[in-house]
Amino acid sequence: MTQIRDDWFHPLAKDGDEKETVVRPSLSYWKDAWRRLKQNKLAMGGLIFLGFLALMAIFGPIFSPHSVTIQDLPNQNQPPSSTHWFGTDESGRDVFTRTWYGARISLFVGLMAALIDFFIGILYGGIAGYKGGRTDAVMMRIVEVLYGLPYLLVVILLLVVMGPSLMTIIIALTITGWVGMARIVRGQVLQVKNYEFVTASKSFGAKTGRIIRKNLIPNAMGPIIVQMTLTVPSAIFAEAFLSFLGLGIQAPFASWGVMANDALPVIISGDWWRLFFPALFISLTMFAFNVLGDGLQDALDPKMRG
Amino acid sequence: MGRYIIKRFLMMLMTIFIIATLTFFLMHAVPGSPLETERTTNEAIQANLEKFYKLDQPLYVQYFDYMKSLATFDFGPSIKDPNRTVNELLERGFPISFELGIITIIIAVLSGVLLGILAALRHNKLLDYGAMAFAVIGISIPNFVMATLLIQQLAVTWNIFPPATWKSPMHMVLPVLALATGPMAIIARLTRSSMLEVLTQDYIKMARAKGIKPVRIVFRHALRNAMMPVVTIMGTLLAGILTGTFVIEKIFAIPGMGKYFVDSINNRDYPVIMGTTVFYSAFLIFMLFLVDIVYGILDPRIKLHKKEGDV
Repeated sequence: MTQIRDDWFHPLAKDGDEKETVVRPSLSYWKDAWRRLKQNKLAMGGLIFLGFLALMAIFGPIFSPHSVTIQDLPNQNQPPSSTHWFGTDESGRDVFTRTWYGARISLFVGLMAALIDFFIGILYGGIAGYKGGRTDAVMMRIVEVLYGLPYLLVVILLLVVMGPSLMTIIIALTITGWVGMARIVRGQVLQVKNYEFVTASKSFGAKTGRIIRKNLIPNAMGPIIVQMTLTVPSAIFAEAFLSFLGLGIQAPFASWGVMANDALPVIISGDWWRLFFPALFISLTMFAFNVLGDGLQDALDPKMRG
Repeated sequence: MGRYIIKRFLMMLMTIFIIATLTFFLMHAVPGSPLETERTTNEAIQANLEKFYKLDQPLYVQYFDYMKSLATFDFGPSIKDPNRTVNELLERGFPISFELGIITIIIAVLSGVLLGILAALRHNKLLDYGAMAFAVIGISIPNFVMATLLIQQLAVTWNIFPPATWKSPMHMVLPVLALATGPMAIIARLTRSSMLEVLTQDYIKMARAKGIKPVRIVFRHALRNAMMPVVTIMGTLLAGILTGTFVIEKIFAIPGMGKYFVDSINNRDYPVIMGTTVFYSAFLIFMLFLVDIVYGILDPRIKLHKKEGDV
């Protein structure tokens, strides 16, 4: 039976600390998502195009010497030239200037529709998903019925009643549009609310509002952002579609949809620029939002995190 | 299954009832009488007209009358064209619109699925990139832009197809193409991604190991499962095609339901707007009901009596 002696033990050299230090910076969820998004060239192209579009929508009309609304009849239906880059329309108005004004209106409608959908959807879906039980069942039954209503038909009806204007178009688009967002938020909240950190929060006595704001929403954000990026182009398309039915923004102001609609009668006679430029920008914008949405979907998917 | 169908059916009736009620009250919220015109009409004539259209009755009486006639599939008269009823417009226009819609759906589903399968089988090869580039462009171009481009190029410049109306199969090519491109692109993308997922699963490997021919694997074993997301989105696509017919019929001067609907909006012919909206909605909701049932039949794994919590 040997005795355990103190001199058997001696302290280890202090090099252990170095192995413990974190060499690479820790990536938060958002930083990681941004890193992955940057690798997706198509999505970044879309993002850059949208940035350019926003700048031109704000500053484009300032650079142009031509007015959006003042008619210049001697110069009607001119093809693109050095004075009128995109040509002129049947009232002699500069299509270049009008295209950027159209961008303002189309982007405004798209962004407002997405934002309003976002707030209503977060509130409604958040409460339904968090409360669960009977509240959820009743709230979701309402959503299910609203979801079954044909979206564009309801929008058309509302616009016929309210009369077309920028405000009424946005109202009409959001009055049934939030339903899709509410469903997604609810699904996400249902999933997230059972995680341990939510239980931990609750055991510290956090109130419902705080849990929804601090725990649920940030962790459910991925699919919600993707849904928003996809709402913008669909709202822009809906606005163009409504303009096409004569329910869009009223003259002399114009959105891209109105410009395309006005260009229809002259397209056969060969005045291609009237339709080409608004149509090109509608398509490019929808394309940019779609590829950006696709990219975000991959970037924000926690399963893809490597 | 039976319980599920009954539940869905009741849900459908409920939705149709709500849209009909909503339409009725919205149309009566429009300021002024629908009979008002720029010309001043004799007061006695005005009163007689109001009596004829029952506008002198209290609102709830009008509502019940309206609901009663809807229940017997009577969608009411037209005000701008007193000799016509909405039912007559439907009889004349709907078969044409239906034809346009059905051909579009068949073309979109067939070509979209085929394109998606080809892209999935040639994953990350030139064909895949080409098909997906085509698909994103197809999704991004609105159908009315597509329609005008087609008319300008294929009808006016090259003179291959007639630019308007709906008379022979040649007349149908351009409108169907314009309407089908968007849905086709969406279906192609969906089919590709779900096909890619299905093809990596064990039962496909098993089938391959057994020496089953690749074509048979794709069409017999993989496709049925890969089609589920496509069936899910069919409802949305149907709605898109249905509203798409409005603009396509307007552009191509096709005398279908959509053209009458757009005309009625421009003329503010409220009873026609009301009748057509209710008809369209009911039709669409019925289609969604059918899609739901097809979905249930196609995928035996889906529990048809859903519990709370799984949407």
